[in-house]
Amino acid sequence: MVTQKTVATTGNLFVAEAIRQALPDVIPVYPITPQTTVVEEIAKFAANGRIDAEYVAVESEHSAMSAAIGASAAGVRVVTATASQGLALMWEELYIASGMRLPIVMFNANRALSAPINIHCDHSDIMGARDTGWLILFAETAQEAYDNTLVSFRIAEHPDVLLPVMTTADGFITTHTVDRADTLDDETARAFVGKYKPTHALLDFDNPVSHGAFAGLGGPYFEFKQQQRRAIDGSLGIIKEIIAEYSAISGRPFDVVEGWGMEDADVAIVVIGSTAGNVRHVARRLRAQGIKAGVLKIRVFRPFPTAGIRDALKGAKAVAVLDRSDSPGAEGGPLYFEVKSALYDLDHRVPVVNYVYGLGGSDVRTELIERVYKDLGDIASGAIGPFDMTYLGCR
Amino acid sequence: MHKLTEIRWHARAGQGAVTAAKVVAETALSAGKYMQAMPEYGPERMGAPIKAFTRISDGPIEIHNNIEFPDVVIVLDASLLEVVNCIEGLSEEGMVIVNTCSPAEEVKAALGVSASVQVACVDASGIAYDTIKRDIPNTPIVGAFCKVSDVIDVHTFKDLLARSLGKKFGPKMVDANHAAIDRAYEEVTLA
Repeated sequence: MVTQKTVATTGNLFVAEAIRQALPDVIPVYPITPQTTVVEEIAKFAANGRIDAEYVAVESEHSAMSAAIGASAAGVRVVTATASQGLALMWEELYIASGMRLPIVMFNANRALSAPINIHCDHSDIMGARDTGWLILFAETAQEAYDNTLVSFRIAEHPDVLLPVMTTADGFITTHTVDRADTLDDETARAFVGKYKPTHALLDFDNPVSHGAFAGLGGPYFEFKQQQRRAIDGSLGIIKEIIAEYSAISGRPFDVVEGWGMEDADVAIVVIGSTAGNVRHVARRLRAQGIKAGVLKIRVFRPFPTAGIRDALKGAKAVAVLDRSDSPGAEGGPLYFEVKSALYDLDHRVPVVNYVYGLGGSDVRTELIERVYKDLGDIASGAIGPFDMTYLGCR
Repeated sequence: MHKLTEIRWHARAGQGAVTAAKVVAETALSAGKYMQAMPEYGPERMGAPIKAFTRISDGPIEIHNNIEFPDVVIVLDASLLEVVNCIEGLSEEGMVIVNTCSPAEEVKAALGVSASVQVACVDASGIAYDTIKRDIPNTPIVGAFCKVSDVIDVHTFKDLLARSLGKKFGPKMVDANHAAIDRAYEEVTLA
């Protein structure tokens, strides 16, 4: 029987709980704000015998990912966690993990990159990893961070996926706020995640394989990459199936992309992470005033759910994309390109504008979201035309 | 829409405001409500002005930003009233609770708030010295908060504290805190 417990704690501790319940074998990890309390909690689990895993205290994030790759290639379930500069330090190895098709699960506490030094939330770190071949999930709340972490193991280890997954939550906003969420009992969580059965383990001496071998000029590098691309593209349907299975157990239905009020929205905001809640909070008030406001939240960013986004936005009169990172020198932020590109094939043009907001944890005040909806109303009515990327709330 | 109560805490680092923000949220959860608690993370040094936030609602809370327009402001150190604009954005039907020996009428006049704003005062530090033997005014001020608002119930709060403090510090500390809460509950004045 599924029993759930309603708990008040921080997003990070909910993530640590999901990691414990997933029964990982090896956890190489290095602490960095705002991910640190995940590491502390896992270290406590290991010290108190509440987790039967090899906890490896490494000396850097580069080593953390090296150890994760080694252990995963050997044929065990591996999980790690990082943030910001730590994720940046792992960069070269992120490609190795995905290229070797290792189903590593990594939690990222989304945080700004230096300089200047900043420990607070934005998506600059995670967007730097968007082309690494990892699957990427975003959470709005502590509940979503917990649920996403459990499903990540199933997605990564699915025999038709075999790709590393990053499950993320917004630094401090989600990772450090005490929030209410429901956790599954251990037995149910374990039964859902299941036992890991490696298919190409290096330590399976009866079936010797090579991993990450030289595939240079004339070698199969290009073909490998095509296989990897197909696996990522094909993972979207598998992710949906796994999410549906999890939703049936947890009673918390969710999807790769989630609309609110999108059935008849005139003005819509596309958003990822914790800010989706702030936007919905404002949209509810606007609906009460008769304004047809909608919110489109992207929960799975890689693979990008292009068709779902196109379908949800096709009827809108004006759309704003909120980016919590920038692509300096480009037309706007990374989410903007992808949403705008998804809409290009529509028969009629949906006006799309871009706001870069909340860099370095800059507070997402209600008034800022109201301003975006007001701009969209003006574009929808024809009072103004679409405008260039705007820094929202920048002094 | 669900009724949402937003509480902003002003304190000096070390006074236990972050813990109080969390404990109030946990008390709300044990009464079946939805809640959020978070500090405003900045440079961490003892005595520096800090803010913390608690949200309590009958339904899920979707908003995640700092509290700009609080319903309740709780000030753990009255000297902050001259340093920080503690009542910034306070609702016209809002409430301010201050840790001070001064009478509520006097503090209300000094704050210059509208007549509709309620001001509650309690000597939480004095009570903490008497009962807990240290200037940790967080539990008594929450006792006062339970009295002057209907957001959380004092018995639920005391039960929760008994469980959380009992495990860490033993029954003596629980009794001292319960005594502090009871006294603040009785002594708080309202204007």
